[in-house]
Amino acid sequence: MMQRQSVSKLREGLRRRDFSARELIEASVQRIDQQNGLINALITATPEQALTAADEADVLLQSGDAPPLAGIPLIHKDNFCTQGVATTCGSKMLESFVPAYDATVTRRAAEQGLITVGKANMDEFAMGSSSEHGHFGAVRNPWDTERVPGGSSGGSAAAVAADMAPLATGSDTGGSIRQPAAFCGITGIKPSYGRVSRYGLVAYASSLDQAGVMGVSAEDCAWLLQAISGFDPLDSTSVEQPVEDYPQCLNTPLTGLKVGLPKPYWEGLESSVADAVQAQAQELVALGAELVDIEMPNASLAVSTYYLIAQAECSSNLSRYDGVRFGHRCDNPSDLADLYLRSRAEGFGEETQRRILVGTFALSSGYIDAYYGKAMRARRLISDDFTQAFKQCDLLLSPTAPTLPFKIGEKQTDPIAMYLADVNTVAVNLAGLPALSMPGPQVDGLPVGGQLIGPYFSEAKLLNTAHQLQQATDWHLAAAL
Amino acid sequence: MSAKSDPPQTAVSSDPSAPSKVTVELDTVRKSARLARLAVSDEQLVSYQEHFARLLAFVEDVTSAPIDDVEPMAHPMDMVQRLRPDAVTCEDQRDALQASGPKTEDGFYLVPRVIE
Repeated sequence: MMQRQSVSKLREGLRRRDFSARELIEASVQRIDQQNGLINALITATPEQALTAADEADVLLQSGDAPPLAGIPLIHKDNFCTQGVATTCGSKMLESFVPAYDATVTRRAAEQGLITVGKANMDEFAMGSSSEHGHFGAVRNPWDTERVPGGSSGGSAAAVAADMAPLATGSDTGGSIRQPAAFCGITGIKPSYGRVSRYGLVAYASSLDQAGVMGVSAEDCAWLLQAISGFDPLDSTSVEQPVEDYPQCLNTPLTGLKVGLPKPYWEGLESSVADAVQAQAQELVALGAELVDIEMPNASLAVSTYYLIAQAECSSNLSRYDGVRFGHRCDNPSDLADLYLRSRAEGFGEETQRRILVGTFALSSGYIDAYYGKAMRARRLISDDFTQAFKQCDLLLSPTAPTLPFKIGEKQTDPIAMYLADVNTVAVNLAGLPALSMPGPQVDGLPVGGQLIGPYFSEAKLLNTAHQLQQATDWHLAAAL
Repeated sequence: MSAKSDPPQTAVSSDPSAPSKVTVELDTVRKSARLARLAVSDEQLVSYQEHFARLLAFVEDVTSAPIDDVEPMAHPMDMVQRLRPDAVTCEDQRDALQASGPKTEDGFYLVPRVIE
């Protein structure tokens, strides 16, 4: 009755008292109990707190004083700090870390009435494209449990696809919202850099990280993005710009919309993936949009540039884990150096250590200009490509990922093959742009996502375009389980 | 390119006859591990050496690109660091914050003795 309803329908149902917030949260908790053993989408479930919050929401709903999203279940990626609830980042390093404060995203979501039912599994410290790299085990794709859900927000995506909650938060440093959204057949948006506060979001690569949202549809995403967006004095990269009312921005016809197809993003793909996203392009044309081919001459530099910058920044950010102030501490350190070396070696997983090492190298004396410095120059060229592109079109459309969801273990022994899963998503983060992934027609029963990229602060346009497509098609409504 | 930005050939070198082959000395990896404060076993060191070689070959498209005249971009937006008024905005939360410290005593973090 309540499952797989849109956020708008849930809002209406709660206000009409068709069902209570308690019933809605109970259904979500039950679904988690049934599915999480198999999918492993959540690291922590919070049923008691959620049911208490649901009872409070029911009182407010009864009195007519409820905030806009009162009673709606939400799952937070486990790199958003939640006061009093473990925040592990998928790492042994933070296995016992219980934050003393809330991230701005979690605080704002709660103020809008959303109720947290759990914390989602992820690649350790958000470093990965398959959600296999976490200390708490691999997440399974609800569409085919032998396959990965994508990453690093794979737990969030799988939880929404498995109907544990209609909405989830994610973070996206190089595609970590969009690629799992594509692999799990849901919608996800990475907002412009600076749009959503990162206060309390555990840092990976600070010039690339952005918090965002995942849901079944663009309309559902609009509700959650609306709830968490806006200026935050606690985040020095937060931008002081008014937030559009995203759920109210979904009624613009696509007539005359110029959609660019960036050529390099359509090359070297599985052909079935390209065909599925081409079907989305044709649907946009049917809705009045116009397609134009776009050259992106520096696109081929994006993956190398991204991995150099992300790993350099990660080596700096993760230096805070020293076994002293929080996180894992080794037993019986002989001296301070031993404390640092062993606490970090024991606390970080293999891929995290690889990235810290490469990043440290890329920033070290004698190499910084040749590696990190060079990557910063390439970054400018990649960003300029987008500036040029948006002189010729309103939005860009490409496949989100180059392949269908791959098998668990398939790329685990080859880190560089895994990095190439991000070939179509990383440039967006280098430029700081907003981008969205939306489900297209399935291939062999597996989801495919199309990526829309827009200029800075075009979130409303991205959401509207996806919403118009989702009004005309039912690709996003396919249910995994 | 300045002399400093040229990686020393002894530590990281490209073989011109095989452009995708990069050789990385074990010492380069060992030094990175030391700088990163990571304890690494000899076996791991060899595995990381192999990864370094593959990754540095992989990123050669960027490191060998003729782009030294391009202005570096450190950040996605041209932003100026915002400053806040120099005023107390947060109450003392020492106990709450130290609760997540693995070893504390009387309000201090404990570390191995550093002065004999």
